[in-house]
Amino acid sequence: MRLRGSLTAVLLAVALAGRLAGAQHGSELRFCMGADPKTFDPLQVADDASETIRYLTGGVLVRLNRETQQLQPELATAWQVADGGRSITFTVRQNVRFSDGTPFTAEDVAYTMRRLMDPALHSPTGDSFRASNGAVTARVTNAHQVTILFPKAIVGLDKLFDQVAIESAHSPRKEMAVLGPYDLAEDKVGSYLLLKRNPYYWKHDSAGHALPYIDSIRIDIEPNRDIEVLRLLRGDIDFINSLNAEYYDKLASRSAKMAYDAGVSLDSEQLWFNQVASAPLPEYKKAWFASTNFRRAISESIDRAALARVVYHGHARPAVSWISPVNKFWFDAKLQPHPLDRKDALHRLAQEGFYQSNGALYDHGGHAVEFSVITNAGNTARERMAAMIQQDLAGIGIRLHVVTLDFPSLIERITRSYNYEACLLGLVNDDLDPNAQMNVWLSSAENHQWNPSEKTPATAWEAEIDRLMRMQASTLDARKRKQAIDRVQEIVWQQEPFIYLVNKDALAAVSPLLHNVHVVALRPQVYWNIEWLWMSGQGTRGR
Amino acid sequence: MKGLRVAAMAFLALVVLACVLAPWVAPDSYAKQFRDIPDAAPTSQHWLGTDDLGRDRFTRLLYGTRVSLLLAPAAALLSSLLAVLIGGTAGFVGGVLQSCVMAAADLFLSLPWLFLLITVRAFLPLDVSPEVSVAITFALLGCLGWAAAARVICADARTLCNSDMVLLARASGCGGWRLLWRHIVPNLRPVLLAQFWISIPVYILTEANLGILGLGVAEPLPSWGGMLRELEGFSLFSAQPWLFAPLALLVFTVSSFHLVLHNKEGWA
Amino acid sequence: MRRLGRHAARALLVIIVGGFLGATLVRLAPGFGVDEEELDSRLSAQSVAALRQAQPGSGSLADFYLHSLERLAHGDLGVSTTLHRPVRQLLAERLPETLKTVALGLVLAWAAGLTLALTAALWQSGPVDLAASLAASVLLCIPAAVLALLFVMVQAPGRLAVGLIVFPKVFHYARSLLARSAALPHVLTARAKGAGGCRVLLWHVLPVAAPQLLALGGVSVSLAFAAAIPVEVLCDLPGIGQLAWKAALGRDLALLVDLTMLVTAVTLVANSAADLAARPVGEGER
Repeated sequence: MRLRGSLTAVLLAVALAGRLAGAQHGSELRFCMGADPKTFDPLQVADDASETIRYLTGGVLVRLNRETQQLQPELATAWQVADGGRSITFTVRQNVRFSDGTPFTAEDVAYTMRRLMDPALHSPTGDSFRASNGAVTARVTNAHQVTILFPKAIVGLDKLFDQVAIESAHSPRKEMAVLGPYDLAEDKVGSYLLLKRNPYYWKHDSAGHALPYIDSIRIDIEPNRDIEVLRLLRGDIDFINSLNAEYYDKLASRSAKMAYDAGVSLDSEQLWFNQVASAPLPEYKKAWFASTNFRRAISESIDRAALARVVYHGHARPAVSWISPVNKFWFDAKLQPHPLDRKDALHRLAQEGFYQSNGALYDHGGHAVEFSVITNAGNTARERMAAMIQQDLAGIGIRLHVVTLDFPSLIERITRSYNYEACLLGLVNDDLDPNAQMNVWLSSAENHQWNPSEKTPATAWEAEIDRLMRMQASTLDARKRKQAIDRVQEIVWQQEPFIYLVNKDALAAVSPLLHNVHVVALRPQVYWNIEWLWMSGQGTRGR
Repeated sequence: MKGLRVAAMAFLALVVLACVLAPWVAPDSYAKQFRDIPDAAPTSQHWLGTDDLGRDRFTRLLYGTRVSLLLAPAAALLSSLLAVLIGGTAGFVGGVLQSCVMAAADLFLSLPWLFLLITVRAFLPLDVSPEVSVAITFALLGCLGWAAAARVICADARTLCNSDMVLLARASGCGGWRLLWRHIVPNLRPVLLAQFWISIPVYILTEANLGILGLGVAEPLPSWGGMLRELEGFSLFSAQPWLFAPLALLVFTVSSFHLVLHNKEGWA
Repeated sequence: MRRLGRHAARALLVIIVGGFLGATLVRLAPGFGVDEEELDSRLSAQSVAALRQAQPGSGSLADFYLHSLERLAHGDLGVSTTLHRPVRQLLAERLPETLKTVALGLVLAWAAGLTLALTAALWQSGPVDLAASLAASVLLCIPAAVLALLFVMVQAPGRLAVGLIVFPKVFHYARSLLARSAALPHVLTARAKGAGGCRVLLWHVLPVAAPQLLALGGVSVSLAFAAAIPVEVLCDLPGIGQLAWKAALGRDLALLVDLTMLVTAVTLVANSAADLAARPVGEGER
């Protein structure tokens, strides 16, 4: 008994010492990413993991406040867009240093822009600035002022700089010298990354305390969502930035305080038909997919409300267009989702010569209407949506084959061989400005998914969309742009090249130990205000 | 043990009967979605509750049993036959042939067959029916699953070739394929049976994982493997014991087959 | 020595052929040479074209493989296109983890499997045999992902899951082999002459089944490697199984070819060792 009592006392003392030690060493935020970042060069970021690192370590001239959706000054204290969107002048903050102590000046901005606009870089961030061919020049007026000149006007020019992390022109650490709140301290590939506070970070709170409040961030590489949720429940990690509906509900049932629904996000799920003329499909199927009435009939046969309710547990809403309702300025509020109306669907099909016989639908040539839809395997929500759509279409006599493919095989079909009939995928959208979708809506563009790289628009309505998108890209007049974008949304709503299904809610889970969290719909939902987050009551952690 | 064997036979008979009579026994179509009651607990209308799309689990289990109970043993039989043909012949002939065949088996065990399966999917038309897709899946598994067993069978055949029994048969004038077929292959049965029992659940589970390549069972056709995949998620710790019904059925079925057909003559 | 030399030469040839076949499978599978970054709507047409051009494998497969072999001869295993690091470095970091996982898994699988099979053979007990068979059946029927998740849930070492995945196979094969050997006439004679259970097992049953058990030992190494892949992915063990899965999803040709050759080498070593060890035992039977 005496030995047991002594042992207990020793153990308690050790535990207490551990707690005190943890408090003295400062706070550490922990969360997970699904994969390693592909690059640490902020100008070449193209994947989610790299974007996370860029957001946490990169210093930008202006930052889009994810909550208010307004632009706010960061490294730039002031900026001016001039020449109808052809130039922008920044006045940069003084007495700022990179994470290795190298001073930050306007020359670093010029260097970054020259590097970003290098045609050989092929950066998605850089391509956002590329309205046309022609050189982009950066003119340094003095140590704290720089003007960047573009060959053609760029709409939403200032907002694009939210994605441009400034690199040092002089630091020996090159792109690893950063201006953001954190600096990369350790990278164990396949295991974790450790970010530590940038000792030279310029931001302070109103009381003069240096930001960020949290000393370090440990990001574990965890591809498995189930384990990520388990770890959150165990307290090993502090938040999950993007949660699916099923996990959200299960977490909410265990701890309502941890689960956050920030409302509808910018993302959408959609289905489209292959309208590529050279696709290896039978001609009669090509004729179906090219028919507006056919696409509208399919759209009207899908129960979107049920998709939102069953697949997303109510954490989604039927989608109307390629712009989400959360994008208040650009969303055309006059449009409503196509209602479930099988009668009208059959009427439209009858207009195209389709008829029903013994419960099955046939075209005017006597071909039974059946086609396949491909989607990426492993995405449970899409697999379930496809199964529900299969049942919906069976209601009007259409036989749908659901084929799940691994992602590379799917991409190969929709971008190279065009050997598919319909595809169900989602749009992950980070940009409020619809101009970012130019490469989807221009008929000549690669990402014009239903019929990429058209030499000339295949239909009159695609020609009209081309005209409207080019027009809105050439003017800074918000009202004119809004009119053009509204008209594009109306055309898309009528023609249904993409059959928009749902807009998902932005769901996240956050530990009660993390404070000052305001979960929002725009990415990154939880840590968009990383400098202002703080932690309490950290004890010893597992793992 | 005899009582257990009788119970196992009765259980298997019940399972087979339920599968054969599924269209009459099942309360609903396996594809019908009761969208107002997804993820429902068991009720008098839905004995095992409903799945995430509101489909009756009991119905899907019945129809899934049909698919898996028919095709997995067929694939297991195919791989076992290939194993005995290839491994047995190699062990019997010996020498260079044995070395070459075993090298090929080692190669077979090491290659990333995932990509062959992806390629097969690419060649199949997208509108192939779920039944054809799952049959092709199991056929492929059967064709690819022989290598591990072939090695053991080859070693076994080699040992048998050196045994007194075979020596006696040779002395009696028996030779060639007759010796292989009449004296060696029957003695390979224990290993073949082991291979067979192991393969059935392995193929059922592999079929589920092949869904990621577009092979396996396509919607809305259910299978044991597809239902077992539901356990891989957060459902595992959601305290819904009816989710384990497919696992329990698979375990009991495999064990029952094992009990019924297991030959006790080994313990002399 | 000559036999060892022959085995080594055969192994080298098989590894080279295995690497080429692996490269062929990867290269010809759909989805090779595509990058999901192509779907980024911000990219211009020129950038998409440049992205496609930069994808590996635009040249002939034979050229690629010959260059790979040439590099390999100089110790250069190429660079992983998914992780952007030298393959040699990745393997050096991760192979020890997988070897630990596989070794632990094999020890557990064989300890449990062989012990239970021997116990059933020794005691010839129906209940023991039944219980062990049922346990093996249950483990065979549980998906690897579920097992791994259970281990994560109870915070047990994920490596043990490999043992539970391989154990049923070892048990079933071992049990069948020992049962068959125990039924042989010379065993009956030994029992009739009064030999005890242990003596019969060690001197009369095991030696007969040894070549097959050794072959099973070699095969179980491949089984353990295959089991390590889902366990490492799910339990987040930084081994080559995790690497193989990422490489497969990303169609990382250089990494996949090197991994194929590595796995082929390990399989060959294990099976060749089993063959060499079995040979004196088999010859002794005559």
